Amino acid sequence: MNKIVGTVGFAMAMAFATPAALSQTPPDVLVVGQIAEPKSLDPAAVTAVNDFRILMNVYDGLVRYQDGALEVEPSLAKSWAISGDGLTYTFELREGVTFHDGTPFDAKAVEFNFDRMLDENHPYHDTGPFPLSFFFSAIKDVEAVDADTVKFTLNAPYAPFLSNLAYPTGLIVSPEAVKKHDKDFGRSPSGTGPFKFAEWESNAKVVVTRNDDYWDGASKLQAIVFRPITDANTRVAEMLSGGIDMMVEIPPDSVAQFDGNGFALHEQAGPHVWFLILNAKEGPFADKRVRQAVNYAIDKKTLVENVLQGTAEIAAGPTPPAFAWAYNDGLQPYPYDPEKAMSLINEAGHDGAELTFYVTEGGSGMLDPVPMGAAIQADLAKVGLKVKIETYEWNTFLGKVNPGLEGKADMAEMAWMTNDPDTLPYLALRTGAWPDKKGFNSGYYSNPEVDKLLEAARKSTDQDERAKLYRKMQEIVHDDAPWAFIANWKQNAATGDHVKGFKLQPSFFLLLKDVTKG
Amino acid sequence: MRGYILKRLFSIIPVLLGLTIIVFLIMTLIPGDPATAILGSYATPENVAKLNRDLGLDKSIVEQYFIWLSNMLQGDFGRSYSLNRPVLDEVLERFSATLILSGTALVLCTLWGVLIGIWTAARQYGWTDKILTFIVLIGISIPSFWLGLLLILLFAVQLRWLPASGMYAIYGGGGLLDLAKHLLLPSLTLSVVATGVIARLTRSAMLEVLRQDFIRTGRAKGVPERQILYRHAFKAALVTIIPVIGVQAGFVLGGAVYIETVFQWPGVGRMLVQAISQRDILLVQGGVVIVAACYVLFNLLADIAQSWLDPRVKT
Repeated sequence: MNKIVGTVGFAMAMAFATPAALSQTPPDVLVVGQIAEPKSLDPAAVTAVNDFRILMNVYDGLVRYQDGALEVEPSLAKSWAISGDGLTYTFELREGVTFHDGTPFDAKAVEFNFDRMLDENHPYHDTGPFPLSFFFSAIKDVEAVDADTVKFTLNAPYAPFLSNLAYPTGLIVSPEAVKKHDKDFGRSPSGTGPFKFAEWESNAKVVVTRNDDYWDGASKLQAIVFRPITDANTRVAEMLSGGIDMMVEIPPDSVAQFDGNGFALHEQAGPHVWFLILNAKEGPFADKRVRQAVNYAIDKKTLVENVLQGTAEIAAGPTPPAFAWAYNDGLQPYPYDPEKAMSLINEAGHDGAELTFYVTEGGSGMLDPVPMGAAIQADLAKVGLKVKIETYEWNTFLGKVNPGLEGKADMAEMAWMTNDPDTLPYLALRTGAWPDKKGFNSGYYSNPEVDKLLEAARKSTDQDERAKLYRKMQEIVHDDAPWAFIANWKQNAATGDHVKGFKLQPSFFLLLKDVTKG
Repeated sequence: MRGYILKRLFSIIPVLLGLTIIVFLIMTLIPGDPATAILGSYATPENVAKLNRDLGLDKSIVEQYFIWLSNMLQGDFGRSYSLNRPVLDEVLERFSATLILSGTALVLCTLWGVLIGIWTAARQYGWTDKILTFIVLIGISIPSFWLGLLLILLFAVQLRWLPASGMYAIYGGGGLLDLAKHLLLPSLTLSVVATGVIARLTRSAMLEVLRQDFIRTGRAKGVPERQILYRHAFKAALVTIIPVIGVQAGFVLGGAVYIETVFQWPGVGRMLVQAISQRDILLVQGGVVIVAACYVLFNLLADIAQSWLDPRVKT
């Protein structure tokens, strides 16, 4: 029996004695710690930022966001023209581009991509479902005029069209690869991007290798390995032990660990806003003064600095500053002023009101919702509002909040990440977006002037004109306070010091073509 | 004996059927639906309805269940929409990872549990007994996910002797040694609680046997103590120990859920957790059927082993 013990002991000692070089990652291969296993590598079929991080390196769209901004620039399309009425967009395509499977990229391919997503009778529509296809619901028709020209006809002017094309849902896939792999295309993807798909080992890794013929210059990296590491603590441990070169979404508690000490910390505020929906239809929040009071009463600085440990910035209004071209930088966040809040509440006669507050346990972009909810509850107690918290798991939470708060709650946490300044206000602040009209205006905010501004901004194809309308909208919404504006999330990432040329983008996409290791 | 095994094998069927019905019902009772889970913030009633239709989830629960059942009986477990691939491929791939992890853990906890049980029983109330019993108590009480994190911190982050997570090295990996390196920490963590349980029960089973007449007779005849312990007493105690190991096999399988999450082990436990949060009914069903079948089989094996060791146990 002692022999067995000895053998086990020896085996353990053997394993322990492995050299320290074990955890080094190979040269020219970048290993990225992701937050989850991707669902699919078919850009039309996915909705999660986690999946987008891989896709943006494998595919190109007709247009893309400029480096460090949320304005579009040419990508697979060299140029485009918009008709005066805003109904037709004609794209001139880049010539000589081929998909990773060797088939040529041309106007027919573009047509195939959008028809597959939008036309229920298309032979490959069943390779879906395509949950975000409504991004392109404005498209009436796509036509390949000649090999290098493609024309989109819209059913109504829709200004966010170009930035939706820059979104991952608009990335162009190889039609031949779709035909070949059919429903399994999401696991055998083929695009035109800087990296080619090589291997997907379930729950272990997705490997992409360099596309030597990339039209925009080949990467210096030989390959990228995306590893799903769901548990944040394990992700941190892998980063500290050198098992990965880069990690995204560092938990607030661990951010400081990666500032120096052989690591570089990257932060970038993005098109994200964290807010409280206030039920303007009934109860105390039907009174604008009480809604403003809540904005004064919440100590956003403490939330951002202590609860979120600096991983977010204070939000001033409904539009995140990342949309620099449409952002109204004249807006100031509501200052922390409990006295003012109290006097507003008294004036409205709602002193000591009891409020129901929906809090979620987690969810996309929700940051640290439970401690944030508790801190907000405490702040409101200081101004005499009795807040009762109800906490729900994310999917349940959405099922309660999206149909509207009427009869159920006075306030609810919410966060959105969008790609165009149009999206969030159009879906969540218009009168036409009340839940009964299939929108997300769960707090029933209604201001005809905001409605008019948003409709006009959506129809205009002149960016300066749109910017003016959005700035005006932000001013009104800031004053009307249909939400309590809390925070704009700063996305973060850590890289080892040996990783060079990496930069986070305000779009929250992870672009790795120009990264080097050495 | 063969009749007994066949009967037990057939009794798995109603267990599995009942189980799939319960899981199906629970999945439909949890608020939220797959379309909401997929669409997230974009889950308007309109989008949800369309996506549910595309996913074939607009039928009644009963209808959905029977469609699933008849497909499954023909070997078609359906397609997971959260992973976008056939359920069976995913489950089998993941289950083999879980089997490696929990199998190793089971071997570890059986070996150590039985050894510690015998040692402590042989030296009842001695120092070895007190110290080992104390360690065993700690082992049972430590939350295993926490222990796992501490082990990662020590061996992966501080000492850099072992990888922090995963099953194989991500580049140029593969092979038995690579697997063993990745397996050591998670299997050790997973085995700790079960080791404690097995050790305690082995100890009491051994003490029970050691008090009996045939042991006293053996000692009086001058049989060496080693032989008394390992050959006579342990053999008799095995009848009690084997079912405990059978039950622990189930716990180890269940515990794999946390350990797989902490160590990023690509196993079926973590898959189930993700499938549930994604409301991926088909994947949950497929996973549960396989895990439950395996659990029932473990218990069956333990019963067979027991009846083989002790013919008094009715077969």
